[in-house]
Amino acid sequence: MTVEAPSLPRARAVPRGGKGLVANWQVPKLLVYALGFIPALWWFELGLTDQLGADPMKALEHALGLWALRFLIASLTITPLRQLTGINLVRYRRVLGLLCFYYVVMHLLTYLVLDQGLDLSAIVADVLKRLYITIGMAAFIILVPLAITSNNFAIRRLGAQAWNRIHRWVYLVAILAVLHFLLSVKVPIEPLFYAALVAILLGYRLVRSALRERGGRGSARGVG
Amino acid sequence: MIIRSRNGNDIRPSEITPKQVHMNRRELMGKAAGLGAGALAGGVSLPLASLSSSPAQAAALSFEKGKFSTSEPVTAREYVTTYNNYYEFGVDKGDPGQNAHTLTTKPWTVKVEGLVAKPADYALEDFVKPFTLEQRIYRHRCVEGWSMVIPWVGFPLAKVLERAEPLGSAKFVAFETLMRPAEMPGQRGLFQPLEWPYVEGLRIDEAMHPLTLLATGIFDETLPNQNGAPLRLVVPWKYGFKGIKSIVRIKLVDNVPPTTWNIQNSNEYGFYSNVNPEVDHPRWSQKTERRIGEGGLLVKRRETLPFNGYADEVASLYSGMDLRKFF
Repeated sequence: MTVEAPSLPRARAVPRGGKGLVANWQVPKLLVYALGFIPALWWFELGLTDQLGADPMKALEHALGLWALRFLIASLTITPLRQLTGINLVRYRRVLGLLCFYYVVMHLLTYLVLDQGLDLSAIVADVLKRLYITIGMAAFIILVPLAITSNNFAIRRLGAQAWNRIHRWVYLVAILAVLHFLLSVKVPIEPLFYAALVAILLGYRLVRSALRERGGRGSARGVG
Repeated sequence: MIIRSRNGNDIRPSEITPKQVHMNRRELMGKAAGLGAGALAGGVSLPLASLSSSPAQAAALSFEKGKFSTSEPVTAREYVTTYNNYYEFGVDKGDPGQNAHTLTTKPWTVKVEGLVAKPADYALEDFVKPFTLEQRIYRHRCVEGWSMVIPWVGFPLAKVLERAEPLGSAKFVAFETLMRPAEMPGQRGLFQPLEWPYVEGLRIDEAMHPLTLLATGIFDETLPNQNGAPLRLVVPWKYGFKGIKSIVRIKLVDNVPPTTWNIQNSNEYGFYSNVNPEVDHPRWSQKTERRIGEGGLLVKRRETLPFNGYADEVASLYSGMDLRKFF
């Protein structure tokens, strides 16, 4: 499976500037962060002002989980988008991945604090007995090291190859996230939509990787 | 938490929704309607549907106060009428409230047939006419883990069955919801979450039980479409999906009738589906529930009671049965 190189070495290799205004114009990462947190603020605001309807805790919990999945899917779209269209948004991939993680943390906190009222025995029973919660928790645990190593220091420290190997786990997280969603509802229409997106994004990588192996250029592509 | 039933006791004033709540709501709706009319006259169109969750044809009902009502605070009408599982109108809880206005409930025919001495097709008005409407304030527990307290208006299903005179061979009652894709968007399109028409069933002793209600109203008006107009089943000791909506057929049969959620997933939804904190849904716990409208974001879970708190009345129906097996 091909994995994109971390953005750091490439960012160094490509000199900035000198290609005109359009080519240079880039949305600041900070702005992407700010935009990324708008859904959370929006949902918290609705919750605090009692506008989330009959079951506000559930609505908030669901929305935060859904946005985590959306950011995860967005981060997985960066590479195919570049390979298929040449549009290179790789500098935002880390932001999207981290936004996914922050939404997962908010989703988890909502479950622990608002849904279960920090009732430890109920939470432990849930994690052990409820497959979709076990899976969700597993996905969170895998995400933690990925989030911790989502910085230039970690890439330098680990080396690109090791860093890539670690961050391939995000594919498993995507599968677990979709399973978590599928198993948590009575009728999985919405989850199936997201499952299909994840299947396309991971399937694309598998197919591309298989084609490249067959083309005998496996050694040329490198891990990056 | 006071969820003891008071079989036969008088209703306390606290058991009824505070009158001013209703009055205020009516006043508000009246004002909203007036506002809408004024705006229309001025050439401005307002989304009237958003001003009121009850359909324009909702009519006040007169009824007696029935026994078996709980004294717990009634869930706000706004929630009861906007948070619904009625997949014929969409799978989101808000969909029925948005989409169900397309359903025409007049005329409406109810068939009573099968193993009865007097099968008949009734116009809804004739079906209901002989019975005295009563109010029953029941707890409502959804299999998804939330609950409400709903003031139903209706009459015991037993009266309908008695009128039809069941034969000795009748052991179960099968119910069927309307099948009308033209008016029910959930019944058309590519993704069909369930098999249509929606069907449900009860054992005949469950059907004859005095708690089992056929409802024509909630709060003090006819049922809004999203709540199952014009006629729905209410079985308060079972999970909410047993309460089949918009009934067109009641058939007495000699064998266990198919039920929709059981068809969809027989490992997760049994024929009985009695509320039981000891028997979890395979994918989630049934030990606790969230009472809708209680606490907002900081909702506190409450313990789910066996038979949804109606054990005194109905537990004897299942004596000797393994409720894990017959879930």
